[in-house]
Amino acid sequence: MIENGEYQQFLESVRFVYGYDFTEYAEASVIRRIRNFMETNKIGSLKDLGRMVMKDESAFEHFVQEITVNVTEMFRDPLFYKSLRKNVVNRLATYPFIKVWIAGCSTGEEVYSMAILLREEGLLERTVIYATDINQDALQKAKEGISSISNMKSYTENYLKAGGKNSFSDYYKAKYNSVLWDKSLRQNIVFSVHNLAMDKSFNEFQLILCRNVLIYFNQSLQSKVISLFYESLCSFGFLSLGNKESLLFADKQKCFEEIDKKEKIFMKIK
Amino acid sequence: MELSKAYDAIVIGASAGGLYVMTRLLQPLPAGFPLPVIVVQHRSKDERSLLEEVLQQKCAVRIKQADEKELIQKGTVYIAPPDYHLLIENDRSFSLSFDAPVNFSRPSIDVLFESAADVYKERLLGIILTGANSDGAGGIKRIAMQGGTTIGQNPETADYPEMPKAAINTGYVKHIMTPDEISRYLLALI
Repeated sequence: MIENGEYQQFLESVRFVYGYDFTEYAEASVIRRIRNFMETNKIGSLKDLGRMVMKDESAFEHFVQEITVNVTEMFRDPLFYKSLRKNVVNRLATYPFIKVWIAGCSTGEEVYSMAILLREEGLLERTVIYATDINQDALQKAKEGISSISNMKSYTENYLKAGGKNSFSDYYKAKYNSVLWDKSLRQNIVFSVHNLAMDKSFNEFQLILCRNVLIYFNQSLQSKVISLFYESLCSFGFLSLGNKESLLFADKQKCFEEIDKKEKIFMKIK
Repeated sequence: MELSKAYDAIVIGASAGGLYVMTRLLQPLPAGFPLPVIVVQHRSKDERSLLEEVLQQKCAVRIKQADEKELIQKGTVYIAPPDYHLLIENDRSFSLSFDAPVNFSRPSIDVLFESAADVYKERLLGIILTGANSDGAGGIKRIAMQGGTTIGQNPETADYPEMPKAAINTGYVKHIMTPDEISRYLLALI
């Protein structure tokens, strides 16, 4: 059992010692991940975990990588990608040079999906995709661009539902039980560590994707992150959230217009 | 203590065969039922709100899909959205997560039950219904260990007995009941 007081104290120590701020994350999910970590590593109490990570930086790094990893898949929510093709692509095409930020890209499936979509729409050559995550291990996997072959059936279905124009197998090479995403997709992708809870805006974008990341934050952090996206978008730039996420708790809510209500695509209007 | 004052919330988990028995339990509940009811029914990830619509057509009590950060109110049956885990925060609001499936399921009954048990403790009633896997068994155990009350559908009355059986086999199910008995138990809470 993790008591609320000791949980808060644990997060404060982590923030103080290592500069990682999880105090504004949604507690229920963080506690579930901490519990899983403790079970896997046979750690009896939060106090023991605290002692372990406070005196050993590599143990802390391992802990952070474990509790910040998010799950993702190629063309997750195919209808969202279809909506991007229909509602966003033609406006992106009016820019001579396009910058896209995928915030919380985890192991990169969304990044490669986006690259495939932009290639099929003839825009990839003049786009740079900035793919960021708090989790370095996940980013490393994203850079490698490797996936398991067992996923390909469902990914292919997603790709087709998302309005894919070619054969999905054009985009990867299979070897044993793995597949490697086509290297040419990666030419215009920049992978980098970025912590949404603490780091600042670093560029101006026409499109920002941040899907199923805000659900892990409390309302106040959600609002701060939306403000960060607001500052990082050009006028009439687009913001895409996960399909159960909203701008409801954001101070900047009124600065966005809904482009697709169901697929949660917004445009910065002022 | 009156039975109606014993709980702050009810959680229900169901999988294969669940729609029929869920309807059987929710249909008699009046609008303004004095507790929140929070449901995980395993469902297809491609289906966005059909389950809520089907149930609402048959029920007087308010049925809605649980939203992120929504405050939990009595008189409402909340259903976990497809392809997300549903969790409960200390301030009695909902959180969603897209963490890996648990027991091959997202939403997972264990994830809901365990987080609900930690928040509501002895003021929680947990009910496990028909299903073809063992999701919910861990959650039932956590509810009981936190002092809450647990009910398992009598496997003989379940279209798919594996799930209530797995929960009962943990030794933490307090009442084994037929759907009719569960329904009477719920109506006695009014």
